[in-house]
Amino acid sequence: MKVHITVNGVPADTDVEPRLLLVHYLRDTLGLTATNVGCDTSSCGACTVLVDGESVKSCTVLTVQADGTDITTLEGLSPSPDELHPMAAAFRQEHGLQCGFCTPGMVMAAVGLLEEHPRPTEREVREGLKGNLCRCTGYHNIVRAVLRASGQDPDAAPDLVAPGFSTGSGT
Amino acid sequence: MSIMGTRVVRTEDPAFLTRGGTYTADIALPGALHLTLVRSPVAHARIASVDVAEARSAPGVVDVVTGTDVDLEPVRMGPVGHAAMVRPFLATDRVRFVGEPVAAVLTEQAYEGPDAAELVIVDYYPLPAVVDLQAAARDEVLLFDEAGTNTVVGFGLEKPFDEHLFDGCDAVVTAEIVNQRLAAAPLETRAATAQWGDDGRLTLWCSTQNAQATRAEVAGWLGIETARLRVITPDVGGGFGAKIGADPEFALVGWLAQRTGRAVRWSESRSENMTGMLQGRAQRQTVTIGGTRDGRVLAYRLDILADAGAYPRLGAFLPYFTRSMAPAVYDIARVESRARVVATTTTSIGAYRGAGRPEATAAIERAMDMFATEIAADPAEVRKRNLIPPDAFPFRTKGRVTYDSGEYAKALDLVLDAAGYAGLRAEQAARRERGDAVQLGIGLATFVEITGGGAFAEDASVEVHPGGTVTVLTGTSPHGQGHATAWAMLASEHLGIPIEMITVRHGDTDLVPRGAGTMGSRSLQTGGVAVDQAAAELVELAKQRAADVLEAAVGDLELVGGAVRVRGTDASVALGRLAETERLRTEATFDSGAPTFPFGAHLAVVEVDVESGKAVVNKIVTVDDAGPVLNPLIAEGQRHGGIAQGIAQALFEEVVFDPDGNPLTASFADYGVPSAAELPSFTLLDMATPTHLNPLGVKGIGEAGTIGATPAVQNAVVDAVAHLGVRHIDMPATPLRVWEAIRAGSS
Repeated sequence: MKVHITVNGVPADTDVEPRLLLVHYLRDTLGLTATNVGCDTSSCGACTVLVDGESVKSCTVLTVQADGTDITTLEGLSPSPDELHPMAAAFRQEHGLQCGFCTPGMVMAAVGLLEEHPRPTEREVREGLKGNLCRCTGYHNIVRAVLRASGQDPDAAPDLVAPGFSTGSGT
Repeated sequence: MSIMGTRVVRTEDPAFLTRGGTYTADIALPGALHLTLVRSPVAHARIASVDVAEARSAPGVVDVVTGTDVDLEPVRMGPVGHAAMVRPFLATDRVRFVGEPVAAVLTEQAYEGPDAAELVIVDYYPLPAVVDLQAAARDEVLLFDEAGTNTVVGFGLEKPFDEHLFDGCDAVVTAEIVNQRLAAAPLETRAATAQWGDDGRLTLWCSTQNAQATRAEVAGWLGIETARLRVITPDVGGGFGAKIGADPEFALVGWLAQRTGRAVRWSESRSENMTGMLQGRAQRQTVTIGGTRDGRVLAYRLDILADAGAYPRLGAFLPYFTRSMAPAVYDIARVESRARVVATTTTSIGAYRGAGRPEATAAIERAMDMFATEIAADPAEVRKRNLIPPDAFPFRTKGRVTYDSGEYAKALDLVLDAAGYAGLRAEQAARRERGDAVQLGIGLATFVEITGGGAFAEDASVEVHPGGTVTVLTGTSPHGQGHATAWAMLASEHLGIPIEMITVRHGDTDLVPRGAGTMGSRSLQTGGVAVDQAAAELVELAKQRAADVLEAAVGDLELVGGAVRVRGTDASVALGRLAETERLRTEATFDSGAPTFPFGAHLAVVEVDVESGKAVVNKIVTVDDAGPVLNPLIAEGQRHGGIAQGIAQALFEEVVFDPDGNPLTASFADYGVPSAAELPSFTLLDMATPTHLNPLGVKGIGEAGTIGATPAVQNAVVDAVAHLGVRHIDMPATPLRVWEAIRAGSS
């Protein structure tokens, strides 16, 4: 099937197999390998990209479903390695990445999160990134990076309130 | 100003953040075939037949291979085990776990592989599964008939336990504890790509923690000289111990590339990974602790029954470490332990972050809390009463290892103070008094671990090139630990050349033929020290050369900002200039000769909803003392990751098999890797007690988090509901388990 998709500002008309997942179109057809595959159940979010500005797990989308869309992957986010996008710069500053495998998806999800919540609380960051797994960082520095990218001082954030319960006494 | 101990952001990050890492699956060789493995859906069976006829004629199929086609000898893949416990590269007559490869399908396109694999028809004749460890130990159903037993190895089984061990104890507590099986679950699954060159050499790109050991293993399995194999590890997307060494699939990929004369790519799916990749922990422990009513522990016993999985690998050896670390941070007069390791029809066990030590720590930290409860004492006080004092080091333990240095009580006091221990206890008492639905639990763990064990030596070379750039070669091999930055810092400290001009290379056996890789929290204290020494020697070499150029005595020279200068003058020559006529390169080997013993204390604050059983970690305060810190940003990152995995073991994760050996947690939809939403931020405290075993004074930091946090959180959950009659809850302390424990305790 013919699709017209713009990726990182570059439009292309391509003939694709109907079952081709968007993530494989990006990785194998276009050779944009920053976007990774970490699971087969849409659980890990390593494949997250922006589709028309919204963060989407590209392993859950068929390429043909993305016809006519404008997609941004990690490769299209920063102008150059010397000039990082504010989110990418914050990840570096806060050591929000270790092995780097979840990073492209995590960064794109975080960019999408700030689109919706420009000044999130720590809890909102944690809930907002729930669909993206990282095995290295324990999320501590990822959360700090997203707070920093939103213009907030991560050190000024109030003591964490764990999800689920209040820290106060009583019920 | 020294760069040592400063928060240098990573030099490797701009690439990771703009083009992404280059992982094995990203390497697209032209014309490469895609490998899809047909894996056993049954845990234990005889293979009656494998019919590949239909698969062969499927679109895009180039070759379909079964076990009888493979002319590689089945091999014993672990350091211990009966000689008959060997694994074939594709199963021939028998399968021993769900996920064991049975046939290999090679296709032109990736999507064609699973289509064709579905057409392979395997006729399995089911055999009884062996999942339960006690059943395995009874040898009623054998995995390897010729071995005559399922016991892979025993440690300390030669003599019976001392029946007088607990003589003189006023209080003795015993408990059965499960240290459950976990999946390492690196975000990058296993992958390998192989290509034979016209020169008769095989190049293997693969995701591993140690290229050099992988080369030796794969060459051995393929029956070729190591010189004919080049192993390259591109970026590696996490390992956590499960990527130590080679997996049998790596050799199979190389063999298939030879058979077809084409490059072959393999990258497994997550569900394959959750059955095929080495898993960790998997011990059943019986702990017994005894002492006086005033809190002095006199005797401790640890009896381990450990799972090796189907084909014994490194995991079968790890209870050895558990025994070594059994007495932990405590000075206990009488300690004994033993371990039996058995094969089961499940995924093989290997190393997982901590690898034998978290199991030891979890056992004694639970025991310490149960003992404290038994004598109605505060768990912090009981620990203090029994800690090895700071003036006792080096301390020879009842686990027959020598702890290098430690300040255990100081670490515990730091976390107690920072967390406001007395206030927390008061809050807990108030909630109990009120009968709140959300109860507070405070959990402690004091711990010591062994790092840099096993392989004590590592090489490094440092070379300054004309123009002043620097290359560092190291046999350690990062998968997220930031070696490129950290090793550049070490070289920069000596050379005065900025880290941006220093390239650290690793993980290519043609470039770095020797090295033991990154595992066991060993890199800085072995490979890092070697870099430090090579850089120091390079400065001396440069001074000798500069003495001629500058016509000065070596003793009058100093190194400043990447140049050798005559002290007190402007006369200087840049290191890059000194490399123009002759290579300016040094090598160093460092051999510590002994492991180091980092230690610390973790305090977890947990809230438990007694109506639902749900436990939430509110706060975790930790001291992880691994000696002086080279880069706090990186070291803290290691602690964070370990703490998260520790919390995950305590509350969320468990690999589960049903009685027939079917994995019930074979995807990320079923296995509880926590997200950011389930975890708190962490409170890290600093403490740095050096070791005398290397000139930097450093110990390992990579695994501390899993060792301290796991029992701290588990203890906190039990503590939260202890007043309801609960004495112990096995990990993971899921809402159901906690709720059941409360119900049983109250009844």
